[in-house]
Amino acid sequence: MSHKVIIPIGPYHPLQDEPEFFRLYVEGEKVIDIDIVIGYLHRGIEELSEHKHFDQVAFLVERICGICSTSHPFAYVNAVEDLAKIEVPERSLYIRTIIAELERIHSHLLWLGLAGHFIGYNTVWMWAWRYREPILDMFEMITGNRNHYAMMKIGGVRRDIKEEDIPVLKKALDDLVPAVNMFKGAVMDDPVIKSRLKGLGILTKQQAIDWCVEGPTARASGIKIDVRKDDPYGAYDRINWNVIVEKDGDIFAKTVVRILEMLESISIIRQCLDKMPKGEIDANVKDIPPGEGIGRVEAPRGECFHYVRSDGTNRPIRHKIRAPSYMNVASNKVAAVGGTISDAAITLAAVDPCYCCTERLAVINKSDNKKIMSGWELIKLSQEKTSRIRKEMGFHD
Amino acid sequence: MAIADEIKERLNDKVMDWYQHSSRRIYFSAKPKYIREVARLLFQDFGLRFVIATGQDTPGGLEILYHFSFDKTGEMISVRVLLEDKKKPEIDSLVTMFPAAEWIEREIWELLGINFIGHPNLKHLLLIDDWPQNQYPLRHKREV
Repeated sequence: MSHKVIIPIGPYHPLQDEPEFFRLYVEGEKVIDIDIVIGYLHRGIEELSEHKHFDQVAFLVERICGICSTSHPFAYVNAVEDLAKIEVPERSLYIRTIIAELERIHSHLLWLGLAGHFIGYNTVWMWAWRYREPILDMFEMITGNRNHYAMMKIGGVRRDIKEEDIPVLKKALDDLVPAVNMFKGAVMDDPVIKSRLKGLGILTKQQAIDWCVEGPTARASGIKIDVRKDDPYGAYDRINWNVIVEKDGDIFAKTVVRILEMLESISIIRQCLDKMPKGEIDANVKDIPPGEGIGRVEAPRGECFHYVRSDGTNRPIRHKIRAPSYMNVASNKVAAVGGTISDAAITLAAVDPCYCCTERLAVINKSDNKKIMSGWELIKLSQEKTSRIRKEMGFHD
Repeated sequence: MAIADEIKERLNDKVMDWYQHSSRRIYFSAKPKYIREVARLLFQDFGLRFVIATGQDTPGGLEILYHFSFDKTGEMISVRVLLEDKKKPEIDSLVTMFPAAEWIEREIWELLGINFIGHPNLKHLLLIDDWPQNQYPLRHKREV
């Protein structure tokens, strides 16, 4: 006889406070199947985009997501520049790269903080978010905004980086290195975090290939893919940096990949600030010819894909957007199955899901059942497990 | 031999309108009935990564572009299929080959009304479950 129990999680994600719905099928403590329901955030941006002219779309797609708010316009301008074969001034390529990398650091810190909170390390949460602040200040300095930077424009960027700001930016980066190293030590050397996250939510290399995951999720499973290296855009092919790959495919590996990537990002920004040539920042594009173009960007969560088709008018006739979480979240179907309920929440969060990105109408399904486990109950379950491990290892809370 | 040439040679007469837009962007068309064969060759034999599929309503019919990425060289290979019958558009599902196609096929099904034959779980992804039948948001209004 089957003792199958269904645990619904949602429609708010317990960790990310974003709306989606997971139905976990469990036997005892073990998760045997999972059903993912999305669609709560679908805003019809692809359709909206067909009603805006090419310049406006960059601002529209920026609003897909608040966290990776430069990846979408970046991928979009790459797509239009591919379509129209536009040569972009060298300086603006460097500026674009700097913005994209700053975004990666702030996004990874955000995730690290949340993941820490989730397994009961509230200090990691507070510290990670404390060090995210200076990044937002840097954004404000360069772009005038802490979020939604509005820097990308077809043929270049909208603002230049002032010469007098460069030393200040470099100083802020210097201050960030010891902080990231501290997190590296805190995560990689902590026996409790290791035993809490190692071997959890494993996505094997073959599964990663079949589910076509990307970004840190794929790189933690031993797949060396990174759009920045494979299909270079911006200034990534003009500087030296490494792709971080781990083999284990568990949550620990995903954490390590993200932390080490922050150090690479800092190095990329430094090189860009040094090598950035002087000159124009805008190619003054007038018309977009008929045709089609594909733009890709390595967003903090993986490959962000935009496809644009033009018929020669001033609006795209089709604009397809595929955010990385679209592939990564679906892979939870294999990563969370086989684990326990207390691990489900952190496993589901380990791909750093971004629902605004994944769904691009607000719909509320009134027929949902009521016995929903609240987010806080799940967090408690997860934190209790960490505390149990700590006690077993002889640590005291 | 470059991967693109190899693919072209292996697919032989199944390839139509091959064109290279830029150094790393290649497009070609294929007949809808060959889609499984083409996808198997790209995904399994050549190890390309399935990126996404773009569904589109065009004057000639409903079009699907399957985008594949060859990560070693950064080439994007997009396979175009055109479903001329707008009344009853259907094509073979690719889910059994790679599960990554599950969501996008559901999305194209609900937004454009293309039926994916053999899809194990063809239900709404983004729209509400009681969305009215035969209303497809991405179909052009002039034809409705």
